[in-house]
Amino acid sequence: MRRLVLLAAVVCVALSATACAPRIQEIKIGCNAELTGSIPVVGQSCRNAASMAVDEINKAGGLEVGGRKYTISLLVEDNEDKAESAAAVAQKLINQNQVLAIVGPNASRNAIPAASICESAKVPMISPWSTNPKTTDGKKYVFRACFIDDFQGVVTAKFALNNLQAKTAAVLYDVGSEYNKGIAEVFKKTFEASGGKVVAFETYTTGDKDFSSQLTRIKDAAPDVLFLPNYYSEVPLQVQQAHRLGYKGKILGSDSWGSPEIIKLGGADMEGHYFSTHYAPDIATPAAQSFIKAYKEKYNGVPDDVAALTYDSFMLLFQAIKAAGKPDRQAVRDALAGVTRFEGVTGVLEFKGTGDPVKSAVILQIKDGNFKYFETAKP
Amino acid sequence: MAHLVQQVLNAVQLGSVYALIALGYTMVYGILRLINFAHGDIFMAGAYFGLFAAGFLQSRIQAPSWVTLALTMVASMIATSGLAVLIERVAYKPLRNAPRVSLVITALGTGLFLENFTLATMGAEPRKMPEIVRVSNLDLGGVTVSTVQLLIILVSLLLMIVLDTIVRKTMTGMAMRAISFDKAVTQLMGVPLDRIISLTFAIGSSVAAAGGILYGLAYPVIDPYMGIRIGWWAFIAAVVGGIGNVRGAMVGAYILGFVEIFTPLILPSFTYRDFVAFSLLLLFLVFKPTGILGRPTAQKV
Repeated sequence: MRRLVLLAAVVCVALSATACAPRIQEIKIGCNAELTGSIPVVGQSCRNAASMAVDEINKAGGLEVGGRKYTISLLVEDNEDKAESAAAVAQKLINQNQVLAIVGPNASRNAIPAASICESAKVPMISPWSTNPKTTDGKKYVFRACFIDDFQGVVTAKFALNNLQAKTAAVLYDVGSEYNKGIAEVFKKTFEASGGKVVAFETYTTGDKDFSSQLTRIKDAAPDVLFLPNYYSEVPLQVQQAHRLGYKGKILGSDSWGSPEIIKLGGADMEGHYFSTHYAPDIATPAAQSFIKAYKEKYNGVPDDVAALTYDSFMLLFQAIKAAGKPDRQAVRDALAGVTRFEGVTGVLEFKGTGDPVKSAVILQIKDGNFKYFETAKP
Repeated sequence: MAHLVQQVLNAVQLGSVYALIALGYTMVYGILRLINFAHGDIFMAGAYFGLFAAGFLQSRIQAPSWVTLALTMVASMIATSGLAVLIERVAYKPLRNAPRVSLVITALGTGLFLENFTLATMGAEPRKMPEIVRVSNLDLGGVTVSTVQLLIILVSLLLMIVLDTIVRKTMTGMAMRAISFDKAVTQLMGVPLDRIISLTFAIGSSVAAAGGILYGLAYPVIDPYMGIRIGWWAFIAAVVGGIGNVRGAMVGAYILGFVEIFTPLILPSFTYRDFVAFSLLLLFLVFKPTGILGRPTAQKV
C-alpha cells in the first residue's frame, strides 16, 4: 500500500512537472532608458517604442523561437541620465531580473558605462541612439541601431561647407558629455581638412544655462556657421542667447536636436536652422509609414528619431533571437553578430563585422515650427 | 574694447541674479545662524510659480507686458514666501534649540524634498517660461544689449535698494539686526521672535522668487534641478561678501558674476570656472571667514 502511495506521488510530481514546463515560456528583455534627468523626452520615446514593439509581438501570439512560442516581458528601468545609474540599471537587469538582452541606454554618456557592464557579464546590448564610437569599440556583446559620430561629424562638416557655403565655423559644445565632445572634434577635423577654418571652439559643462561669455567670443569671431552638437534641452538657450548677443549667422546641429521639444522650448529662434539625424518622418518608406501611423494612434504624436531607432533595435533583437533558435545570451549575441543586413524604420542597416551599422543620415530643416526633410547623406 | 564692455554686461546680468539669491542666504544666516541649503530650490519654486502665474495671466487678460510682468512677480513672490514660511514652521522651528548641524542637515533634506516633489508633480521635462516681455536688441556701437538684460539689471538694483532700506531704516529691519546681534536679549526686550523670523524667510524667498522670474526671462528653460548650481554659486557669493551682511551678499554676487564670465577669458578652458569659484570659497573660509564686508564676531563662552 505504502509503495503504491509513493508511486502515485512520484507519478504526480512527474506529471505536474511536464504540465508546468510549457508555461515557462517567457523571454525577459530589459530597457535602460533616460526617463528622468536632463533629457526625459528621449527616455519616454524609448519606452513608448519599446512597449509598442513588445505589444505587437505578444498580440501576434508571441515570438517563435526554435519551434516554441514565447511571450516577451519588458522591464523598463530609469537611469536618470546619469552614468553611474545607467551602470547600476544594467547591473540590476542582468543579475536581479536575469534578462536575455538589454536595449538602451540612449545617450552616449550613459551607454558607454552600461556597455562595459554588459560586455563583462556577456549580455547582448543594443543602444538605439548612442552615436559615440566608444560605446561599441572593442566590445563583442554591444551593438547599436544608429550611425556613429565620425560619420555624423563628417556629414555636418560637409553640409556646412557645400550647402551652407561656409568658410568659417564656430563650435560650442558640452565638454562633460561624450557625445557632444566626440562629434565636435570630428566636425573640426573634417571642416579644417576640407579647407574651412574653425574660428572659435568653445566649451561648457552639462547643466549650464548661461553661455554669454562663450557666445560673445563666438560673435566677435564672426563665423559663417555656428555648430551646436548639444541636447535639445540646452540648444534653445544657446540659440536664444546667441541671437540676443547679436549673432545673425546660420546655425547647424546634430541628431541630439531630434525631439520636437526643441521647437516648443526655442520657438521662433529655432526657425530656419539645420541638423543631421537618423530619419525623416515626411519621406518614410511604407514600412516606416505603418510604424508612424501606429505610433501616432497610440501616443498621439509623431515618433522622433529615438522612438524609431528603439523600434528598430527591438525588431533587430527579435530577428536575432529567432535566428539563435533558443533564448540563450551567447546564442543571441552570435546571431546578432551574424546579421549583415536589416531593413528597419530608419532605413537599411548594413553590418560589416562590427556592432556599428552603416546607414545614411538625413538633414532636416526647422521650418514653420516643424521638421522638414532637406537632403539625404549617403555613407 | 566692445568685446570687453559686452563681457562686463554679461557679468553684471549674471551677478544681479546671483545677488537676489545670495540675499536670502545671508538674511537667514544673519538671524538664525543657519545656512539654508534649500534656498536654491526655493528659487526654483519661485520660477515655477512665475511660470504658472504668467501662463494664467496671459490666457485671461490682455494687459500691457509690464503689467503682466509686475503681476507675475507679485503673485510668485507671495506664493514663494508662503512656501518658505511653511518650510520654516514645519522643518526649522521645531529644531531651533537643536544642535546647528541638525538644522543644516534638515535644510539639505528640505532642498532634496523640493526638487523631487517638483519632479514628481511637474514631470522631468524642462518647461518653457512664457515670453512676458518682447525681446529686442539695442546695438550700441558694437555692443549688443537686449531688453531682457536691461530689465534684469534694473529690477534687481531696485529690489536690492528696497531690501537694503527695509533692513536699515524700518522697525522690522532693526528687529532683524537686533536678533542677529543677540537673540536672547532681543526677546527680553519684547521683540516677537517668531514673527520676525517668519518675515525674514518671507522677504528672503520673495526676493529669490523675483530672481527666479528674471532668470526665467533670460534663460527660459525651467526644470526641477535649476536651483542646484545657482544655489551653490549664490552661497559662495554670500560667503565671499560676508555671510550675514546684506550689502556683502550683493558685492559677493557681482564678484561671482565676473568670475563666471571672465575665467574662460583668462584661463585656457571654461571648465576652470567652478574650480575658480570653489577655490575662492575655500580661500575665504581659511583666511577671511567673515568675508569682505563681514565684521568679526567674538565667540561668547
